[in-house]
Amino acid sequence: MARPSRSARRHLFQALWALGTNAFLVGFARGTIYSGRLKALCVPGLNCYSCPGALGSCPLGALQATLGSYEFQLPLYISGFLMLVGTVLGRFVCGFLCPFGMVQELLYRIPFPKKWRSFPADPLLRYLKYFILVVFVLVLPFCLTDLIGQGYPWFCKLLCPAGTLEGGIPLLLSNETLRSAVGLLFAWKIGFFAVLLLLSMAIFRPFCRYLCPLGAIYAFLSPLALLHYERSDGCNGCGICSTVCPMAANPKHNPNPRECIRCGACLSACPQQALTVRFGFLTPSSLSDDAPHNSKFPEN
Amino acid sequence: MTKLRILQKGVLFGGLTCLLAGLWRGEGAIVLTKAVRICLECIGIG
Repeated sequence: MARPSRSARRHLFQALWALGTNAFLVGFARGTIYSGRLKALCVPGLNCYSCPGALGSCPLGALQATLGSYEFQLPLYISGFLMLVGTVLGRFVCGFLCPFGMVQELLYRIPFPKKWRSFPADPLLRYLKYFILVVFVLVLPFCLTDLIGQGYPWFCKLLCPAGTLEGGIPLLLSNETLRSAVGLLFAWKIGFFAVLLLLSMAIFRPFCRYLCPLGAIYAFLSPLALLHYERSDGCNGCGICSTVCPMAANPKHNPNPRECIRCGACLSACPQQALTVRFGFLTPSSLSDDAPHNSKFPEN
Repeated sequence: MTKLRILQKGVLFGGLTCLLAGLWRGEGAIVLTKAVRICLECIGIG
């Protein structure tokens, strides 16, 4: 029996991880959420803790909760968690451990009149996720507080599609009390979510590319990640790796660009098998062509 | 390359230190308290 392709293995891993971290299935039936102590731990990807099945916490939600609390303004626990995960795994989290990333990939498989790999505004739009990170995740929860000094999770409240898909929709379907409280905010979130669903059929992972603040954090740390790609001297510069990259990340120039989600498409496509996965501290083979090997911080 | 490796190790060590310090001062309880209640903002109600 032929071994499943790299892509098939990755999709299977994504599905198993999503199921494993959202295994409180009775919550979907009862319209409640898991309330055990496991929820003090964060999962690395975007996974709403109000998902009925969620066993762990969303790092973005936890970050905003700590920033907005009146006991602690400096979120050491979550900052440390993100620094560790980002430096160990980088955007491998996006490619393998994020349920919402998996949903977008499934949607992209749906036939659509036109599929875009990139377009003129694409490079500039990639910076939008950093803006969302700073304003909605960091500044607003810290600065906009109520009378007792409590802030709100503004990214979760206004933008997060994972909250809508994983939390809002299943809870409202099974919980009549919550259903009676639906208003304009939910209408906004559903509309935003619907637009993202549509975009996901035309563009590979649009939320991850342009809007995800968690992706922004991991993208920032990704050049330091222990889990990274290396390019051997066997590379002949054909550029097939950049052609097949679904994130339009241009691995020909840099084997570890910030937009790379470690999907492995370039590894599978390289005719010279010049790209390999490595876990360890960076070597000269991990860096871009333009980076001196003694070495500057690698840029995308 | 040496500087990059130092940066890698520094961020790893800093991350681990922050994580442990945060747990030590009780931030895990904040996360748990938030996570075990339905977040009305997250689901589009609050």
